[in-house]
Amino acid sequence: MLELRNISYQVEDNQLDILKNINLTIDERFVAITGPNGGGKSTLAKIIAGIVSPTSGQILLDGEDITNCNITERAKKGIGYAFQQPVKFKGITVRDLITLASGKQIGITEACNYLAEVGLCAKDYINREVNDSLSGGELKRIEIAMTIARGAKFTIFDEPEAGIDLWSFNNLIQVFEDMYQKINGSILIISHQERILNIADKIIVVADGRITQTGTREEVLPGLLNTSSAACKTLMEKLV
Amino acid sequence: MDKIQQTLLEQIADLHTVPEGAYNIRANGALAGRNTTANIDIVTKEDKPGIDIIIKPGTKNESVHIPVVLSQSGLKDMVYNDFYVGEDADITIVAGCGIHNCGVDTSEHDGIHTFYLEKNAKVRYIEKHYGEGEGTGKRVLNPTTVIHVGEGAYLEMITVQIKGVDSTVRNTSGDLAAGATLVVKEKIMTHGTQYAETNFSVDMNGGGCSASVSSRSVAKDKSVQCFQSIINGNAPCSGHTECDAIIMDEAKVTAKPELTANHIDASLIHEAAIGKIAGEQLIKLMTLGLTEKEAEEQIINGFLK
Repeated sequence: MLELRNISYQVEDNQLDILKNINLTIDERFVAITGPNGGGKSTLAKIIAGIVSPTSGQILLDGEDITNCNITERAKKGIGYAFQQPVKFKGITVRDLITLASGKQIGITEACNYLAEVGLCAKDYINREVNDSLSGGELKRIEIAMTIARGAKFTIFDEPEAGIDLWSFNNLIQVFEDMYQKINGSILIISHQERILNIADKIIVVADGRITQTGTREEVLPGLLNTSSAACKTLMEKLV
Repeated sequence: MDKIQQTLLEQIADLHTVPEGAYNIRANGALAGRNTTANIDIVTKEDKPGIDIIIKPGTKNESVHIPVVLSQSGLKDMVYNDFYVGEDADITIVAGCGIHNCGVDTSEHDGIHTFYLEKNAKVRYIEKHYGEGEGTGKRVLNPTTVIHVGEGAYLEMITVQIKGVDSTVRNTSGDLAAGATLVVKEKIMTHGTQYAETNFSVDMNGGGCSASVSSRSVAKDKSVQCFQSIINGNAPCSGHTECDAIIMDEAKVTAKPELTANHIDASLIHEAAIGKIAGEQLIKLMTLGLTEKEAEEQIINGFLK
């Protein structure tokens, strides 16, 4: 279970409040965070993973205060994090990353299984370098394969659909549906996609640095679909 | 050969026992072992220190090992090794030098290697440099490589210097005939107050020839590296040079590309990137449970792999 208590984050330079007093408890299996761009969703994910330190507030994992733990310590305590923009390396292969993610020496068959789970033909990818030669969709799937290999008890996905083409996206949904069945902990997924929100046990709407709504998908989703983009009147007029 | 020399041999040539095929092992400035084959002859030079390695035309799938080890502190060793590779031969040459210096005096090995590749010959040349020893004496290696690549011939040179060499100035020059190919891949890591200088100069003289010179390096502590790469396109040809360096601590790295096209159909490219390890790479590996230091090691290992 993950608990955020009074989490605020302010950018020092211009006194801008990115997150304002967030209180949140997650113990469901699959929780989605959604909301407009720039609302603070990714910052929230980075605060949970330890990449960004909150200005104030507390983070608890299974009752233990991890606010002062660094990225490595949090990872070891069971927090996994899939980047919105997967990181590229020079010389490090897919196999290297999956092995590191699993935290132990794994055989090639096991490494390949993780790739197969995200719909990549393992023999084509296992020895490829994780560099510019891979497409955005491929990198994204490898990123997801890494989190599966980690098997953390609390895994965050920051917009897994970003940068993925439609064909890959359909497969991606399948991956998350499978993951939902297998997961031994919680998944927190930041997404704008209705089909991802549709498999969530709980949906949290974050806008302007605050939680504006929390509830089951039956409670939250209908309202979201009706009011989407309502924030920008000009844009809506253009679209209509 | 003593234990120290054997360790050096393992480091530079992955040799645990005497190699298969032709070899010439030089230890502390003297011959420590030699073997020739029906197709590969090794002859001691008479006018100066060094050897001639003569590979018969059509020799296939054979290898030549010519490692040099220095374990005597203060020794300055200089050799001239010439390789004559016959038409259509296809071989692997493994050279390299390991220095163990436990004294206070400078130990130095300067090797001048010249390659003559006949028509359609194919050579894979691997050279590793390594230094160790608890003494304060410097470990210095200054290799010079001159490569003449004949018509349709191919030479791939892989040079690796990962550890323990205090000072190195590497000069490599080459000329390419029509349809010839030269590929050079350099990997260097320096630490402490080490200095490593690399000077490449390639003349592309024949139509349809191509050259690719790439360097990947990591400079740590207060070490200094300088990479210079000159490519002259004198005919319809394609040339590519690339320098990719990771800089750490208080190290300094200079990259000096120089491309000259003397022919309208010469196509030349240079790429250079110097910078510290990207923060996001460290963060990514830390989210997998690695400490910052472990993440750094993984990134460097991968980079130099």
